[in-house]
Amino acid sequence: MADSTSKATVLEVSGLVAGYGEVQILHGVSLRVAEGEMVAVIGPNGAGKSTLMKAIVGLVRPQAGRVLLRGQDITGLPPEQVVARGICYVPQADNVFPSLTVQENLEMGAYLVPKQVKERLERAFALFPELDQRRHERAGRLSGGQRQMLALARALMLDPQVLLLDEPSAGLAPRMVEVVFAKVREINAAGTAVLMVEQNAREALKLAHRAYVLAMGQNRLEGPAQELLGSPEVARSYLGE
Amino acid sequence: MTAAARAFVQSSWQELRYRADALSGALLWALVVSFLVGSAVSSPDHFAVGLVVGSVYALAALGLTLVYGVLRFANFAHGDLMMLGGYLAYFALTGAVVGTRRDVHLPRALDSLPGASERLGDLTFGYGLLVAAVLSALALGLLCIGLDRLVYRPLRRRRAGVVILAVASLGLAIGLRSLMLMVWGPNPRLYVEGVFPAHRFPFGVLLKSDQVFTFAVAVALAGLVYLLLFRTRLGKAMRALADNPDLARVSGIDTERVTVATWALAGALMAVAGVLLALQAQLNPQLGFVVLLPVFAAAILGGIGNPVGALLGAMVVATAQETSVGWEIFGRQLDPTYKPGVAFVILIAILLLRPRGLLGAKT
Repeated sequence: MADSTSKATVLEVSGLVAGYGEVQILHGVSLRVAEGEMVAVIGPNGAGKSTLMKAIVGLVRPQAGRVLLRGQDITGLPPEQVVARGICYVPQADNVFPSLTVQENLEMGAYLVPKQVKERLERAFALFPELDQRRHERAGRLSGGQRQMLALARALMLDPQVLLLDEPSAGLAPRMVEVVFAKVREINAAGTAVLMVEQNAREALKLAHRAYVLAMGQNRLEGPAQELLGSPEVARSYLGE
Repeated sequence: MTAAARAFVQSSWQELRYRADALSGALLWALVVSFLVGSAVSSPDHFAVGLVVGSVYALAALGLTLVYGVLRFANFAHGDLMMLGGYLAYFALTGAVVGTRRDVHLPRALDSLPGASERLGDLTFGYGLLVAAVLSALALGLLCIGLDRLVYRPLRRRRAGVVILAVASLGLAIGLRSLMLMVWGPNPRLYVEGVFPAHRFPFGVLLKSDQVFTFAVAVALAGLVYLLLFRTRLGKAMRALADNPDLARVSGIDTERVTVATWALAGALMAVAGVLLALQAQLNPQLGFVVLLPVFAAAILGGIGNPVGALLGAMVVATAQETSVGWEIFGRQLDPTYKPGVAFVILIAILLLRPRGLLGAKT
């Protein structure tokens, strides 16, 4: 899969500039995700990783640059339309509806395909059996790991072309991080392209095919994940060695 | 302090906060349940009236809590909108507005339909009022959508804070009240003039048929709202939007449409609440603001944003107001004019002791 150039591009971001109000956070970020690929974006705190995610899904309006989904320009579309076109997103925090039950959370994930809710629910419960037992429990009562599973399951309800994950390991116990990452690998192996932002750079690089290193809202490095894992600069600056 | 000691202090503090929260919740529930049982036993007559008034508050509080939950601001125009709903039904029924000397009437209104004013069974009104209430519910739903477009949505788009939205709603409230004064005058109005006897029920309870009707309609509507919120796609989307607007949007929920539906529902509920309130008391331009306080108290006691809580809170506030007439404080009976004061005391107590109320979400 390392030979990503031969695969069709699903998501392409070029020269993205975005921020909040007067504060500009992204100063021209570019990346691409190919069919079936798992791409990681790593970088220090404040590098603009979360903003990048929000700008792709339309929660933050880009000031310049383009976002292309299979060649179609989706720059600046509102989130509900971006989702309808096949980009699903799991925010870092607050990624479930706490007062809704587990099943209702998943129903909201399938809001755009009301006729297929039943079959997709069953599929989600088959993929996440631990959620099946808690179908009617409110999401606010789930543990951190279970919430993360639910957030993943919710985002998968629409069969996205690309799944965007913002720090899936944040706030989880090390054992749960492993479980969540294993799930992400499983999802990717089943064919869904994944773009993942991670603070936990080493684990993310082990998981991904390719990676981008972001710093100060700009591309710093990019390459196959294995190469970056072995690069002295990455090791010194981002892996804490 | 070592890291271990700090961690210990922090976890103990969290444990303590968790326990305090659980304790305040248990205390509040115990208070509410013992109050309801106690007042039902000691003064069943006032308690029964409280349930009727509470059912009207409940419809209003449901609308208030829905708007608060979905749009995140306290709508101070709620009481006056509710009263306007009562007046719109009156206008549809009688076609009357205030004139220079006497009322001016439209040439035709619902009560000129054959048999529209013939009393339905033992109720004081005919089918004309029912039709008028439905028309008023539709009109107020549309009006709320329009007011949102005109006033609230532009403010939301400019990312105005909760205070600005609340103050805007206060301005709207004053405007609506002045409008009602101009169109229908300061004198109270009734749907049907006359004196009607009450019925005797067990335990010395005296209720008019209209009051039983009010309770039944309000409970049925609250049940329908519950089904809408918990069993339909739209209702679940409303709750999802109330929980987390950004997550709702990235789930593909069209928040603009859900907002419109929320206003339509809240408007219809307010209109029905207004008609039932006028049936209980009278049409009076000042009444909307008077009931705003107990309705807020009800929504906050139940846990603002929580529809089941709004229902429960409304019953508690209204029964407290009604049974307060029999309370003796310093050897003197509490005057009925203190009823709004009772709601105010409940409101302050909840805000001080447990702002999230009975069923509200932890913040």
